[in-house]
Amino acid sequence: MKKSKYVFYVLLVPVLLWLITLIVLPHIELFLSSFRFETDEGEKIISLANYMAFFSDEIYWRTFLNTAVYSISITFLAFLVTFPVAFYISKVVAKKYSSFLTLLLLIPIWIGELVTIYGWMILLGDNGVINNFLISIGLIDTPIEMLYTDFSMTIGLLYMSMLFMIVPIVSTLESLDDSLIEAASDLGASKWTIFTKIIIPHSMPGITSGGIIVFMLVIGDYVAPNLLGGKSSLWFTEQIYNKFLATFNWNEGAAFGFLLLILSSAIIWLALRASGQKLERVGS
Amino acid sequence: MKHILEVKNLRREFKEFTAVDGVDFFVEKGGFFSILGPSGCGKTTLLRMISGFQEESSGEILINGESMKGVPPEKRPVNIVFQNLALFPMMNVEENVAFGLKRENVSKEDIAKRVKKMLKRVGLEGYEKKKVTELSGGQRQRVAIARSLVLKPKILLLDEPLGALDRKLREHMKVELKLLQREIGTTFIYITHDQSEALVMSDKVAVMNKGILEQIDTPQNLYKNPKTAFVASFVGESNSFDVKSYENDTIVTENGWTISKKGLDFVPTKLFVRPEAFIINPDDDMDSIETTKIKIKTVLFDGANTKLAAIINQSGDEVLISLPQNAQFEDLKVGDVIKIGVHFDDLKCYKD
Repeated sequence: MKKSKYVFYVLLVPVLLWLITLIVLPHIELFLSSFRFETDEGEKIISLANYMAFFSDEIYWRTFLNTAVYSISITFLAFLVTFPVAFYISKVVAKKYSSFLTLLLLIPIWIGELVTIYGWMILLGDNGVINNFLISIGLIDTPIEMLYTDFSMTIGLLYMSMLFMIVPIVSTLESLDDSLIEAASDLGASKWTIFTKIIIPHSMPGITSGGIIVFMLVIGDYVAPNLLGGKSSLWFTEQIYNKFLATFNWNEGAAFGFLLLILSSAIIWLALRASGQKLERVGS
Repeated sequence: MKHILEVKNLRREFKEFTAVDGVDFFVEKGGFFSILGPSGCGKTTLLRMISGFQEESSGEILINGESMKGVPPEKRPVNIVFQNLALFPMMNVEENVAFGLKRENVSKEDIAKRVKKMLKRVGLEGYEKKKVTELSGGQRQRVAIARSLVLKPKILLLDEPLGALDRKLREHMKVELKLLQREIGTTFIYITHDQSEALVMSDKVAVMNKGILEQIDTPQNLYKNPKTAFVASFVGESNSFDVKSYENDTIVTENGWTISKKGLDFVPTKLFVRPEAFIINPDDDMDSIETTKIKIKTVLFDGANTKLAAIINQSGDEVLISLPQNAQFEDLKVGDVIKIGVHFDDLKCYKD
């Protein structure tokens, strides 16, 4: 008994060190600095002015709104694209291949986001693989503008976040007893009914946790919108980046960072409420 | 009598083996029909073909006179109670039972009425809003049966539904299922490897082994007059003897028992005797019996089901002998040598 307690504390120390030094302390510092404000007279005061800037300047909250709408759409798109794949891996293909296929899906993660995005740039550019191919077969005369548009940004964000949707869905689908599908079919249900009444409700925890991860990854991503997005597709993280590194207004940057955290958490909370899901169930 | 189900020369081949190897049978309307066989005998494949989840390699299935070729499971007038019940965990009891009715475009009031009636019938009144995960094994069983029966199928297929229950509950559900079937009159086809379930509940039992039906008969006949060696050994308890020779109407077994058996038109290789067919210390003047000496090895006390394990003819082979339920032979001891007899008719001979 004594010994196991001792082990518990020894193992707890690195966890706490990690949490406190790398997560809690920087956040506290950022949180405090988000309230620091320098008036025109150079006086340092504590105020909500940094937060007010977000609401008073249209460009900021519009960018955030834009980012949020895009993130929600990409999350939904990720679900549409990955669900058939997840279903195929967990239910259609033989068990011995399913782990191999899941492993294949991991490859883009091994390569790293930046490299895969450069890969997409090679594919989508005006002189890129796709345009060259289309021109060479005579389908088009001038290159289609794909890179630096909302399209290329969406693809980049989808590509790097998709996996985090597939894995939880695969694991919930694997726990779905095939006889439930057969039972529904036996009771007269069509394929669509089986999908909406049995498969989707069963995989809801996986879809929700996948959705939360994808949404958070996408709304907080900086590389893909920056490298693949066009001038019109300004991402909120770019605003934060600019605050820190372009205008050196760390205090406002910190406030914007917290706003991103609060607002995206609020969106998830609302989505969970609306779909009748509970956060505790999502983890399972 | 009309045949609700007719199966004609049904076969199902898989890559490496033949699961169902030419099966013919019919089921009478309103009957309780069991398919009894050891695991791996092909009974589940047979059931899946009747329900439409598996396609037949050849042969035909007729339900109510109509061929089921190419008819998908959701269009067949049969319903299954699955081995693991397959209740929908995301729905409550009421929604589970109503699931099939909703697919049939039945009006809301009708659905509510029929679900209520069915739940009352299976004794689950007041459980409508319960989650299926909150129910006991027996209650879940009833939900599964109600969910199928509410659709008024022509045939209800049951795939070893009692397998997961504990022994006491299983005994209870056996009787309950039989009564329920009598009451509603739906044809039941029951798949099981448990001979007691099949014998207690069924009107007719088909014994299946290695993809073929060995015998289709009433439970009584199956027990009294098994047609093949497999049926004799699988249904009920039996002592089996290997036959060494059969000449001049006389059988000699491997363990040295000489028996006269007239009128066999084949050379038997196996001889079966039920434990209760042995007569202990028969009178010398009894007709048409065959006797031998045995030495008692142990007394297996099991209440009304007490048996003797004894060695026959010093051969080392063991036989089981049921003791009569009166206290007549209470003083038999381990090591006693006694005479036993068997009536000629109770000696069942088979050729492999």
